[in-house]
Formats: sequence, structure tokens, C-alpha cells
Amino acid sequence: MYSKDPKDLASPKRRRLIQSAASIAGGSTLGFPALSLAQNKPIRIGMPTILSGRVAMLGQSSGNAANMEVEKFNASGGFGGRKIELIIRDSKGQPQEAARVARELVTADGCEILIDAEASSGAFAVHEVARDLGVLVIHTCSETSSLTADPKLRTPLAFRCARQGVHDAIIGGAYAAKVAKEKNLRRWMTCSPDYAYGRDTTAEFAEYLKFFNKDVELVGEAWPKLFQADYSEVITRLLQVNPQAIYSCLWGGDLTSFIDQANIYALFSGKQFFSVNAADYAVLTNVKNVPLGLHSGNRYLQSFPNTPGNTNWASSYQAKFKDLPLNWAWQNAAAIQFLTAAIKKAKSTDGKKVAQALEGLSIDSPFGANGKLTMRAQDHTVVDYALAWGELSGKEPYMKNPVPGSWKQIAELEAEWKKRKGFA
Amino acid sequence: MNPQALLECFSSASCIVTQMGTGLIVGSLLFLVAAGLTLIFGVLGVVNFAHGSFYMLGAYLALTAYRLTGNFAIAVVAAGIGVGLFGFLFERFLMRRVYKADVLMQLLVCYALVLIMDDVVKIVWGAEFLSMGMPESFQAPPFFIAGGVVPVFYVYLIAAAMLIALALWGILTFSRIGKIIRAAAQNPTMTSALGINTSLIYAAVFAVGGVLAGLAGGLAAPVRSMSPGMGFSILIESFIVTVIGGMGSVSGALVGALLIGLIRSFGTIGFPLFVEGLMFLAMVLILILRPNGLLGKESRA
Repeated sequence: MYSKDPKDLASPKRRRLIQSAASIAGGSTLGFPALSLAQNKPIRIGMPTILSGRVAMLGQSSGNAANMEVEKFNASGGFGGRKIELIIRDSKGQPQEAARVARELVTADGCEILIDAEASSGAFAVHEVARDLGVLVIHTCSETSSLTADPKLRTPLAFRCARQGVHDAIIGGAYAAKVAKEKNLRRWMTCSPDYAYGRDTTAEFAEYLKFFNKDVELVGEAWPKLFQADYSEVITRLLQVNPQAIYSCLWGGDLTSFIDQANIYALFSGKQFFSVNAADYAVLTNVKNVPLGLHSGNRYLQSFPNTPGNTNWASSYQAKFKDLPLNWAWQNAAAIQFLTAAIKKAKSTDGKKVAQALEGLSIDSPFGANGKLTMRAQDHTVVDYALAWGELSGKEPYMKNPVPGSWKQIAELEAEWKKRKGFA
Repeated sequence: MNPQALLECFSSASCIVTQMGTGLIVGSLLFLVAAGLTLIFGVLGVVNFAHGSFYMLGAYLALTAYRLTGNFAIAVVAAGIGVGLFGFLFERFLMRRVYKADVLMQLLVCYALVLIMDDVVKIVWGAEFLSMGMPESFQAPPFFIAGGVVPVFYVYLIAAAMLIALALWGILTFSRIGKIIRAAAQNPTMTSALGINTSLIYAAVFAVGGVLAGLAGGLAAPVRSMSPGMGFSILIESFIVTVIGGMGSVSGALVGALLIGLIRSFGTIGFPLFVEGLMFLAMVLILILRPNGLLGKESRA
């Protein structure tokens, strides 16, 4: 095709080529009538998530729950006849893949809104892509508080519909402090994955544990890598230091592996284990032996809140997908519920208008502590979700005596935490 | 940084026992994987970048075999044989064509296999992580030796790995096939001139490498969760072991693997945030002092 002859630059064939290209480009901007009937154009929503590797369950449960809500929405007529089309892509748990996939969903697949179902490692990357492209994004799986608490990261179009590390830390810290007083647990050690979520959440928990119980002492920290296969050296170190209680925010396949490997060392005998992410069906049904003295926050349990709304949602999820819903499932379901409510309120799918409608929006939800979920206007994150800690057993209802958290307590302490961190 | 804790550990029998146990465990598994890698390099001069996939396949085959038969020993043997066969076929149909080609081409072929195997595993076994669980016979409480903790299963694992190492050494040193393999490693042209079918030897070496990696995967299965792509992390560590021990030296792989295992287990006490760094530091130091590895020979002509 390349011709070095200057005469060819003005040849008739070349001119014809340029003319036809220009007309196609011009025509498509005007919008050929047959190609774009905005009335029935689907609302394309892109979802980057993790569908393979040690935490494939995160992507699968997120996608399942989102699809379930999207189908309900479409079946009831959608938004003025426009239905939602959910496009899910696998980032394999790698942040650079997550960023690339998110960008392609918007630029190549025509997605107007992103539901970011990435773990924290990818979520921060997708956050920047969304900021760069000016697209509305709702993070549904990242629990690292700074994602929404840090004003430097805040954008008008970014929201989070997921539980948060600092909320879990406040309630968890209060609960653990009480158990520590009862059982005289003074020597504590942490064992969490070495990345933003692990570091931040563990630090927050330790802060509130000490705040509620001045007698505890942190005698050591272990930081295995995210998705590390072999925890032997970490486990033996825990044995050497011999704390009375261990805290961990390991999650998913990592937590299951850790508990299984630790059990063969009898690590947990005589120790209490506070594992904030243990009350997740993926862990509870896969772990070979739930050790005694295992405490956790509620992640997702069909028995908490103990309401018909919640149990019904869990049953329909199970009937459809033959699997129990996980923490990421409720978060994504709630995100779609928020999104569709906001679209209806704003009477538009334009990102900026939907974002304005989302701020401060309250919806009825089976996942709320009192039947409602609210998207806090100040920092675009969801509050009033059902939150409890309790001791776990090896079978349903897994957490027999959940101790619900107080959102009033969370509100006070979180405000003070933000001030201390310079986030206010 | 916790050098104080490390010194305390050395003065405590329980700590030494536990950490040595961990070091031997980590080292034994690494040895099995690295031995295959170094054998293949020593005889064929090829870096089998797909070795991690052999390990992964071994783990999954062991899982399936265990679910079918309920017998762990059979599962491990099945894993070894299965991956050995796979290694043989891989050599025959793929690697053989790129021996003469640029090393980048060989790398590409291996990497292609890694990607293909990751997806095959995802299709056959699913993308979710799977775990085998500890077989009944190993579910006893751990041994307490001098106050240190050594889990029952790991004792068996170390014993099995040492037995395999011994068998491998015996075969390579005393048997006819072992002598032929060593001859082919030293001087392939001369060996084939003597009428020995070197291409069959090459295929056999790949098969042996596969068997070792498959056995490692099977032995590790009860204590690891399996997911597609799990071969990658052990591949990197086996490369470090192979380089430290000397490429082509099986005994070097043993020494290197045990060294890495001990560095990890004691390193995590003294320098918990720097364990990976310690491993690489050790590699750098050893390469500066002995560029061919601890027990390596001069590079092939």
C-alpha cells in the first residue's frame, strides 16, 4: 500500500479512499438512524473483576449477584424500556490487567458506567482509570478505607458500595477488647497479607483494640504475601512468639489455606483467633476443621440479619447458582440496587446526574442493619449495613450469637479517626 | 528487623527444632522441583520454563486420583507417572523442534505451554481454588520434639523426598541408564557416535524431570490449595535453587534447596519483612564467590 512516488499522493485511488473514510466518519457522528436508536440502546455497565486464581470466588459471586439484580431490573421494564447490559471481564487479580480491562470496557465496549468488582489491589488502579475517563464508578469489593476516606482520592463520580476496614475495625476492636477482658488475652500477634488492605485494616484493628482495652500488647506481626502458597514459616513464627490471641485479615483461598496449614501445626490450640474474614461461606465450607476459639465479623450470613428479606435473597441466590452467596455477592447486589434507584431518581443515565442522585440516597435493603442502606454523601461510601462479630462453629448457622455493632458508635469513632488521619 | 529474636531462637532448642523442620519441608519440596529442572538443563542445555506447570499438573492429578481412590500413596504415584508421561510427550512433539533454535524461541515455547496449561486446568478442574485436605492417616496431632513442633505429615514428606533423592542419586551413579545420561550430558556427539539413541535419552530425561515435578505436586497437595497458575511461584524459587546449586548438578539442587529452606525459616524470625530479599541476597553472594553455583561445573562448550 505504501508508495514512495510523490505523484501517488494525489492519485485518484487515494482521494477516493480518503473521501469514503471521511464520509463514514461523518455519518457515524451524525448517527445513522439504523445504528443508534437511543431510546432502546442498552445501558452498558462494565465490571472488571477476578475470575481466576486463588480468589476466583470473588468474581464469580460478584458477577452472579449483579446479574441476578440486573435480570430483575430488566424484567420489570428497565429504565424507560432501556435494559442494562452487564459486561464482565477477568483481570486475573493483577492491578495492571484491571486497569487495562477497565479502560477497554469504556473505550472499546462502550460502557457508560463501571461497577468495579476488584479487590483493593486492582480497585485503586480502576479508580484512576475512571477518574481519567470521567466515568461513574461504584467500587464493590475494596474494603480499604482510604479509597473513599482520603480526600485526595475522592472524585465526584466515584462511590463505594462495600463494607469498610475502619467500620469492621471499630466494631471488631470493641468486641475483641471485651473477649480479651473476659479471657485475659494480653499478648496479641497479627498475621495479615502484605498490601494496602492488609496493612491498613490490621493497623486500624490494633488501634481500636488498644483503645477499648488498654491492657493488650502487640508482641509481633507477620506479613505473608497476598496469595502466598506456603505459610509454614509464618505459622512456625507464630508458634515461637506464642501469643494468646491472633488477628488476621487474610481472606478467601488464602485464609482457608492458612487455617488448614495452621491446623496441622496445632497452632490454634489454646489460642483465640480473630479472623475478620472467616465468616464467609467460601471459607467455612472449604476449611477442613473450624478451630475452637475462632471469631469473625459477619461478611455475609443468611442468618444475620435474621429477617425474611435476607433469607429469601439467600435462597433465591442459592436456587439460581447452586452456591451460597458470599460477602461480595451482597455488596454487588446492593450496588445494582443503588444504581437503578439513582437512575430512576435522576431520570437519566448520565454519569454526573446519577452521581448527584446517589449522594445521600437511602434504599430499602435486606442487607441493612435496620432494613435500609444509605450512600453517605460526604465521602460516597455505604453505611448502615448489617455488621456483627461472633464466635464461629463448623455448621449452620455458623455464627450462633452475633453481637451486632452500633452505627452510632461507628459514626463517632470514624469521624474522630478521619480527623486523626488528616482525612476530614 | 529482629536480629535479637534470631539470636534468641538459636539459643532455644524448641525454636531450632521447629525452624529446622520448616526449613527441611520447604527445602524438600523445592528440591524435587529443582532437581528435575537442573537435570533437564544439565543434559539438554534447555531451561524448562514450563516446569512450574508440571508441578501444577502433578498437584491436580493427585487431587483427582485421591478423590477416585481415597489412597494418598496411589495419588502421589499417579501424579508422578502422569506428569512423566506429559513431559515425555512435551519433549517429543514440542521441545525437540527448538533445541537448535535461539534460547528465546525455547522460552516462548515453554511460556506458551504455561499459558495453555493454565487454561486447560481451568477448563477441566474449574477456576476456583481446590483443596485436597489432609488424608486420614496424617491427621494425628504434631510431634513435639524438644518443645518444637513438627507436623506428622511433614515428617513423611521429608522422608519421601529424601528417599526419592537417594533413588535418583543411585540411578544416576550406578545404573547403566544413569551413566548414559551423564555421558550424554558431558558429550552428546560422542555418545550418539557410540550408537546410543540420544533422542530417546533426551525424552527420558524430560520424563524424569516431569516425574519429579509431578511427585512434588502430589506430595504438596494436602497442604496447598490448588488454582490455575499456581506453578509460577515455585518456578521462580526453583530457578534460584538451581542457580545457587549449579545448573546441571542434582546434588547442588539438594544443597541449594535446603539452604533456601533454612534461609526462609530462620530468616522469617530475624528479618520478617525481608525474607524474599534474603534469598536473592544469598543468590548474589554465592554467584559472586562461585559463579557456577555451589556444586556447578564449568559451562558446557
